[in-house]
Amino acid sequence: MTEKPLTRHIDPSRPPFDLAQYEKAGGYSALGKVIRDMTPAACLQVLKDSGLRGRGGAGFPTGMKWSFVPMGADAPRPKYIVANADEMEPGTFKDRLLMEGCPHLLVEGMIVGGYILQADVGYIFIRGEYVEAARLLNRAIAECREKGFLGNNILGGDWSFELHVHTSAGRYICGEETALLNSLEGKRATPRAKPPFPQVSGLWGKPTIVNNVETLCNLPALIDYGAEWFKQLSLTEDAGTKLYGVSGRVKNPGCWELPMGTPMRELLQEYAGGMCDGYGLKTFLPGGASTPLLLPEHLDTPMDYTHIGKLGSRLGTGTAIVIDDQVDFIGAMKNLEHFFAQESCGFCTPCRDGLPWVEKALGRLQQRRGQRTDLEWLQRATWMLNMGNTFCAHAPGAMGPLESALKYFPEEFASRVVEPKPQPGNSQGKAAASTST
Amino acid sequence: MVEAAANLSSQHLISNLSDQEIAEIRAEAAHYEYPQAASIEALKIVQKHRGWVSDESLREVARLLDMSAEQLDGVATFYSLIFRRPVGKNTLMLCDGITCWMLGCEKLRETIQHRLGIDYGQTTADNEFTLIPVTCQGACDRAPVMLKNMRLHSHLTPENIEPLLKGSE
Repeated sequence: MTEKPLTRHIDPSRPPFDLAQYEKAGGYSALGKVIRDMTPAACLQVLKDSGLRGRGGAGFPTGMKWSFVPMGADAPRPKYIVANADEMEPGTFKDRLLMEGCPHLLVEGMIVGGYILQADVGYIFIRGEYVEAARLLNRAIAECREKGFLGNNILGGDWSFELHVHTSAGRYICGEETALLNSLEGKRATPRAKPPFPQVSGLWGKPTIVNNVETLCNLPALIDYGAEWFKQLSLTEDAGTKLYGVSGRVKNPGCWELPMGTPMRELLQEYAGGMCDGYGLKTFLPGGASTPLLLPEHLDTPMDYTHIGKLGSRLGTGTAIVIDDQVDFIGAMKNLEHFFAQESCGFCTPCRDGLPWVEKALGRLQQRRGQRTDLEWLQRATWMLNMGNTFCAHAPGAMGPLESALKYFPEEFASRVVEPKPQPGNSQGKAAASTST
Repeated sequence: MVEAAANLSSQHLISNLSDQEIAEIRAEAAHYEYPQAASIEALKIVQKHRGWVSDESLREVARLLDMSAEQLDGVATFYSLIFRRPVGKNTLMLCDGITCWMLGCEKLRETIQHRLGIDYGQTTADNEFTLIPVTCQGACDRAPVMLKNMRLHSHLTPENIEPLLKGSE
């Protein structure tokens, strides 16, 4: 048993375990267990019972998601399992740790997941800049092929599975599940309409599961120790542990595996060492650039999907960005919206055209050249670019921090507006003249 | 299909791609049901060998993967790490993610501007350096960071960035 199913084999002071070391530490026992002793249905039941929720940001129950994949002899083939290792949401630095720290854990998670789904092929879709992680994963996969953990009739059973690393070449939208599938097919990464959902019609129209790296890395220990063990790891109703991170003007920025539901105050004070000297906490994004802002008064809320959701934000990736009291706040908002504007895939108009308008309006406010119309546009954008008006969740994600910033810090925006000087003859001038008489 | 890609390449004279490039592209294409799926990796292979993807290279890769050149150019121009114009011998990719921005990436940009005389998207006259902004590099605990020739350098300051601005590693 362990309290840290994700990071127990990770020690940044040494190279990651090779296959022999990982096996000696108990690795690939879950693979042996599922193939020798468990049916895919029994494994899926463990996944459902565990309450594991997707760690990529949306928090969808993994067992339920997987239960939509057609099973049995009549299921369309090939079936696919894909690891979303396109970690690119600003402020997020957790999957890099998992892949660089223990590549065999993700590989085992992919093989175990592949068995549960009775998949034929797996892909690890990794962002192009993670060169070292891709190298380590390729080496781990080669070791597994040599050992018979990948290939035909794995461990003497009747199930065969192949696994490949796909390195990408930039663009945040690739992390969107259906855009990722288009990208993996060698196309522009524009999102697809849903339904059909990828579980039924994904890669090349075949059943496909896409899950975040951290989600898949939970599978080996979950199979080894069971659903009840997994649930008791958490402090709250949302099961398991979570990789939490804190970055910004804090003394000890980092990423730590802790019980799900650990409050931000503990992350900030005990793990991140508190704010840097001379800086105070103004606000924070709990889990990446698309998660609405939270305030110091929210520091004691458990950091899980349910509690953070009730505050009108999202746990997202669980890696918090701290915004201090001395940063140019409007500049920080502009930086975030610049990212989203640049990374729009361009497929739908509100996102492609609306986000650059948002960025420009924030740019004028930042330079103290903004007018009331800029502020009005920002307010309007928070519904025009929100859920229901765009093709995917990209622009709504961009509106998350902006909408909460307008709600919590209206004075930051208002103080940057320059009122036009009253000119003789215009309405304001007339109004001023009439009141003086 | 993968076999189709193999046949195609033998039917056409691939004058612009080296045997090495073709072998690497075929190895990637073998991972997928359809050769087009290897398009991004194929473009990256060409870029690894040549620094960028010219129109000629693009046409040859398209032929190898059973795509039209227009289709492949649509892919090439979508992805930010594929260069459709020549770049310098060294690429500097400065992270402009929110944490790096808060911790001073603009100061690093100014240092590079001052020292090398280039801004985002520009290459030095001696063709040594190209400066490009990149999105969050997933190393926010070590901000601010920069990739030099795809290698990560962290905890940068206007002072300790100096050695990185002195030619190849």
